[in-house]
Amino acid sequence: MNRIDHLFKNKPHRVLSVYFTAGYPHLTDTVPVIKTLSDQGADMIEIGVPFSDPVADGPVIQHSDTVALKNGMTLKKLIGQLKGIRQTTGVPLLLMSYLNPVLRYGMEAFCRDIATQEIDGVIIPDLPPEEYIKEYKMLFTTHNLKNIFLVTPQTPGERIHFLDREGEGFLYVVSSRSTTGMKNAFSKEQTSYFRHLREMNLTNKLLAGFGISNRKTFDQACRYLNGAIVGSAYIKALEQEDDPVRGTRKFIHSIEGKNISG
Amino acid sequence: MNTTSLKVPQEGYYGEFGGAYIPEMLYPNTRELQERYLTILESAGFRKELSSLLKDYAGRPTPLYHAARLSEYYHTNIYLKREDLTHTGAHKINNALGQILLARKLGKKRIIAETGAGQHGVATATVCARMGMQCTVYMGALDVVRQHPNVERMKLLGAEVVPVEQGNRTLKDAVNEALRDWISHPGETYYLIGSVVGPHPYPDLVARLQSVISEELMWQMKEKTGHAEPDTIIACVGGGSNAAGIFYHYLDKPAVRLIAVEAGGKGVDTGETAATIALGLTGILHGSKTYVIQDEDGQITEPYSVSAGLDYPGIGPLLSHLFREKRVEFYTANDEEALRAARFLARHEGIIPALESAHALALLDKMTFPPDRHIVINLSGRGDKDLETILNRDEK
Ligand SMILES: Cc1ncc(COP(=O)(O)O)c(C=O)c1O
Repeated sequence: MNRIDHLFKNKPHRVLSVYFTAGYPHLTDTVPVIKTLSDQGADMIEIGVPFSDPVADGPVIQHSDTVALKNGMTLKKLIGQLKGIRQTTGVPLLLMSYLNPVLRYGMEAFCRDIATQEIDGVIIPDLPPEEYIKEYKMLFTTHNLKNIFLVTPQTPGERIHFLDREGEGFLYVVSSRSTTGMKNAFSKEQTSYFRHLREMNLTNKLLAGFGISNRKTFDQACRYLNGAIVGSAYIKALEQEDDPVRGTRKFIHSIEGKNISG
Repeated sequence: MNTTSLKVPQEGYYGEFGGAYIPEMLYPNTRELQERYLTILESAGFRKELSSLLKDYAGRPTPLYHAARLSEYYHTNIYLKREDLTHTGAHKINNALGQILLARKLGKKRIIAETGAGQHGVATATVCARMGMQCTVYMGALDVVRQHPNVERMKLLGAEVVPVEQGNRTLKDAVNEALRDWISHPGETYYLIGSVVGPHPYPDLVARLQSVISEELMWQMKEKTGHAEPDTIIACVGGGSNAAGIFYHYLDKPAVRLIAVEAGGKGVDTGETAATIALGLTGILHGSKTYVIQDEDGQITEPYSVSAGLDYPGIGPLLSHLFREKRVEFYTANDEEALRAARFLARHEGIIPALESAHALALLDKMTFPPDRHIVINLSGRGDKDLETILNRDEK
């Protein structure tokens, strides 16, 4: 069974997925960050492939992309760094990349090489589901990779059902009309959108993303959905601590309220 | 060569190029446009209103001018399609007027746009003022400096100009920010894109709105020479809208040679260039599959050109297709060649061209045409905005 499915089977509530940009703050931080996140209790990890023109991202992730690219991070290097990652962690790992770097690498080679490192899935925000189904779904299935679809507050009901039908792993619930970034709390409009999704009784598990930044927003999302994804807030936390291990530990604690271990 | 498929996209694709590679957040916006743009564009009411605005407000038809001294110098017959004489001074107004009517039909209240040279920003600010709509223009911070007169014009017209500090602070970065704004304001906001780029249906929408240029050229050529078809048409290419517009009605007339000129910057091999066809590989930029200047890891290369309107690492999917189908020939002109052509036109014809258009003119120094030929150059805009750049270069 794919690790993502396995995770939701064992832990259907309060799943915490953490996004970070590979090669940030330093080129060689990728693996230590994954290890620390996993040790500190992150349930799933999204590894961002930095891109020169990340249109769906707000200022924090844009900045981390710029730094990572300056550090020399590339998709090729990242896949090299991930060699042997399964000796380090058993949590589901997703790669999040814009489409252009993946196409340059070659979609087939990409799927083959990340599957070899036992990556569980990908999120490609600018690859439309229709295009994916037509061009790449077979390839992903062959490699036991999940491609995660997004739903947004603007997605029409009919399309939500389509995405749920075709979706794999989970549905990424974009919390608000915005690029990635941080919010202190969700509005009534957002929580009723979460509730509405829950009441649709979809097949896929639902994780909220975009705007989850603290315990309050995490709790708000978890009240209605299966968990949430934190990105910008974690990258901010890494920025503010010299030691990524300490920064990560403090951060996970602040979101989940877990006891600090180790 | 299948001539109908040359200009009409099939399900959003021109051959292998085009599509709508957008994040899910933009799905409803683009879907709405895809479903409605053709019906609206072809409706009698829309056509009537647009043609009246093009005539009485924008000053169309623009003249086809036989440039006598240029013709004498280059020993051939050179005509300039005078888009520089439109209201606001560039072809961009053709597109802005069409899209603002479309936006109004869709019930949108707020308009956003990107701009490089500032001409599309000015055109958008102008039509927003005319329609009483709120207008925000994203412009790379470098372009804010080098095209300053246009920034002042936009402000006077009531638009908010947002300088973009990311990347090289030029056109590509402005498009990124405009897309982010659109993601954050779906529903009420219309993205009035300035060239034949972006997700489907923008490339087709903008090409159709700019096709008025070649529609006029057909009867103007006939009037002047007895033939609707010139031998050669030359246009500069940033995203490709003035080229698409002047090529459009000739795409299925293979006897007409079509030439596009890209910005070579400091030279195609210097790394400081915006010559997309010369250097690009197929990729995804701003929602469409097209030629893109990028490195081996798929990162978009920061482009360079003295001309802000051509300083873009991509090109519209229609133009990529026309290149692939060998219907349009592509050449480059460097900064210095364009600057020289701009000065030459000023001295010999009393017309100061935009530096963008000067790239098309620069081709005359690189190519010879027999004396009995009729060559049309799209003079896409006027050069008032570039005076400072041209004068600064003079001193060196
Ligand atoms: C006068 C003029 N010509 C040409 C261009 C390039 O755009 P396009 O290739 O879409 O015509 C611009 C863009 O700003 C412009 O202002």
